[in-house]
Amino acid sequence: MKKKLISALLAAAIAVTMATGCGTEKNEDNTNNNNAAQEGNEASNAGEKNETENAGEQDKTADAEGSVYYLNFKPEQAEQWKDLAEEYSNETGIPVTIETAAAGTYESTLKSEMAKEQAPTLFQVNGPAGLASWKDYCYDLKDSAVYKNLKSDDFALINDAGEVQAVAYVIETYGLIYNHDILSDYFEMDGAKIKDVSEINSFAKLKEVADDMQARKEELGIDGVFAPAGMDSSSDWRFKTHLANLPIYFEYKDDDLDTTDAIKGTYLDAYKNIWDLYITDSTIEPSMLSGITGEDAAAEFSMGNAVFYQNGTWAYGDIAGNDVDDEDMGMLPIYIGVGDEANQGLCTGSENYWCVNKNASKEDINATLDFLEWVITSDKGRQSFRDEMGFVTPFSTFTEEYQPENPLVKASNEYIDAGKTSIPWVFSTIPSEDWKNAVGSALLEYAQGTGDWEAVKKAFVEGWASEYKAVNE
Amino acid sequence: MQHSLKKYFPVFVLPTLAAFTIGFIIPFLMGIYLSFCKFTTVTDAKFIGIGNYLKILSDDAFGHALWYTAAFTIMSVLLINVLAFSVAMLLTKGIRGTNVFRTVFFMPNLIGGIVLGYVWQLLLNGVLAKFQKTLTYSSAYGFWGLVILMCWQQIGYMMIIYISGIQNIPGELIEAAKIDGARPVQILRNVTIPMVMPSITICTFLTLTNGFKLFDQNLALTNGEPSNMSELLALNIFNTFYGRTGYEGVGQAKAVVFFILVALIAVIQTRLTRTKEVQH
Repeated sequence: MKKKLISALLAAAIAVTMATGCGTEKNEDNTNNNNAAQEGNEASNAGEKNETENAGEQDKTADAEGSVYYLNFKPEQAEQWKDLAEEYSNETGIPVTIETAAAGTYESTLKSEMAKEQAPTLFQVNGPAGLASWKDYCYDLKDSAVYKNLKSDDFALINDAGEVQAVAYVIETYGLIYNHDILSDYFEMDGAKIKDVSEINSFAKLKEVADDMQARKEELGIDGVFAPAGMDSSSDWRFKTHLANLPIYFEYKDDDLDTTDAIKGTYLDAYKNIWDLYITDSTIEPSMLSGITGEDAAAEFSMGNAVFYQNGTWAYGDIAGNDVDDEDMGMLPIYIGVGDEANQGLCTGSENYWCVNKNASKEDINATLDFLEWVITSDKGRQSFRDEMGFVTPFSTFTEEYQPENPLVKASNEYIDAGKTSIPWVFSTIPSEDWKNAVGSALLEYAQGTGDWEAVKKAFVEGWASEYKAVNE
Repeated sequence: MQHSLKKYFPVFVLPTLAAFTIGFIIPFLMGIYLSFCKFTTVTDAKFIGIGNYLKILSDDAFGHALWYTAAFTIMSVLLINVLAFSVAMLLTKGIRGTNVFRTVFFMPNLIGGIVLGYVWQLLLNGVLAKFQKTLTYSSAYGFWGLVILMCWQQIGYMMIIYISGIQNIPGELIEAAKIDGARPVQILRNVTIPMVMPSITICTFLTLTNGFKLFDQNLALTNGEPSNMSELLALNIFNTFYGRTGYEGVGQAKAVVFFILVALIAVIQTRLTRTKEVQH
């Protein structure tokens, strides 16, 4: 009898745990969705302490005006987006939920979030290649404020049917960031190859200077000329994607293409030359490259141990505030010894595009479009972009006073003002992530001495054709 | 009693059955269905037949991951069991501080795989840096790194199982063997090992399946670098599913193949070691 009682109690306990388990989850969902609205509503519901009733009312508001759920790609701006969303909710009463995927997990997070009932209404793709898997989820942004305020159609992804599927919201620029302080020390040395940064205007000159500086690194008090070309996944995209952009761009330019199903690899020798330079005149041995992270490389530059560091305007936050003063930071084009080097500019483009989820309810879609309009037109939105997120945007609403204070952005604007030809980000036409990974691995093995350059060529040329086929079948 | 058990059977079983259905059976069946589909999110899948399975055959990375995993599993099963058994033998001899040693050996098992992976990455990279190398320099470094890590983590756990097995051997058996003039090696071979065979079955089963299913440690230690050469099966499946556009179905198909493989090996292994167990 006693045993029976105990078993019954145990069974009851399990049942109760399960019931509460499910119950709690549901509640949580509710609070999550209405989190942002809660604060706004709490004021109007002053004195109203009954939570259930409160939640019910919020649901009604949500039904009437829709809600926004943004799955943000950039972890470095996660907090700023949350603040901005709260601001908007306070103003309008529309709940805005911001979730940010951890670095490198955006695609997997998006995949699982999109399968949920409460799917993101606003998400991001990284360009045409990323759009390929999400094209069936994109709402046509043709009539939206974000599209109408774009400075140029170059910043939107438009399909063959003329639907605007994605709109870029931040423009970024990369090149060779340099430390002017160390360079000026070098200019004063006997037998310096050049006396001013502007004299570096070709790959030949860059190599001459880098080799000379590397030979005198003790005198200059540096560990090497180039910050290490780390091939950890936090840093390898600088080479397998950003550096690879240059040979691809010059080949497209020769053949007058925008994209291709088979690359020829015309300028792979130039790619090899610049890669050799990076790994030879480096602060560390090539055999160490596989473990070097993005932070390691940024640290070498910002502590003044290296002169050059290939990265872009977004890296300012990582390298500012240490040994290198803002006025000593500058950016050079990445010369690889191809094309009209005297007029070569920096690499400018975007890999952050907004897409609105077509499968969301009508109210949610409208709420999302309103939210985006508010972000790019209101003072608060624009100030946040300028001061806190430090974005340069392609929107015409961001006039002169809304440009961020970032020496790297200034450097990039100088090149544009000087009439140099910016290089677009054609790497967004790379067929797949697998192509990048294969090229990155081959680059690393070549650098370590465990593979040869032929493997890079194979991954670059044959890999392109096979990946293009695999993705587009 | 029998009667009331029958009567209340559904009441007792229902909660567990419901949880098992929601948490295991439904996802499992859905997974099998999805392996025949093309999809981006799991809620809108399109049936395409066995295309996904055909793609596995032409996937070199999967083949490599398969034998790399097999090699890793063999090595870790052997090392973990031999070492765990030796430690268990030592710690049942009644030496001073036995309990302290047992606790110390068991502790690594309480730390999660991801954390261990990162800790060992730092440790091993620190050592390798002396030779101007890193853990991801070649897949051999990653392989031995993983083996060391898994040994460190699992020996303590298996040791506990072996200790309980050894302690359960009736003292008179050993005593009888001694009186018959058996040397220690003979006692080990003819008395101890046959008597702990049930423990050996459990331990080989656990290490074998753990080795095949290993994911966290692999992800944290090398993440498959270089060139996916140190990628174990589970990580390969994960990367196929999440890393490649349009390959979600292939990843799912790989997962089904993986399940069949692990189930098959586990069944064969338990059959084999079971036959060696003795009754007393």
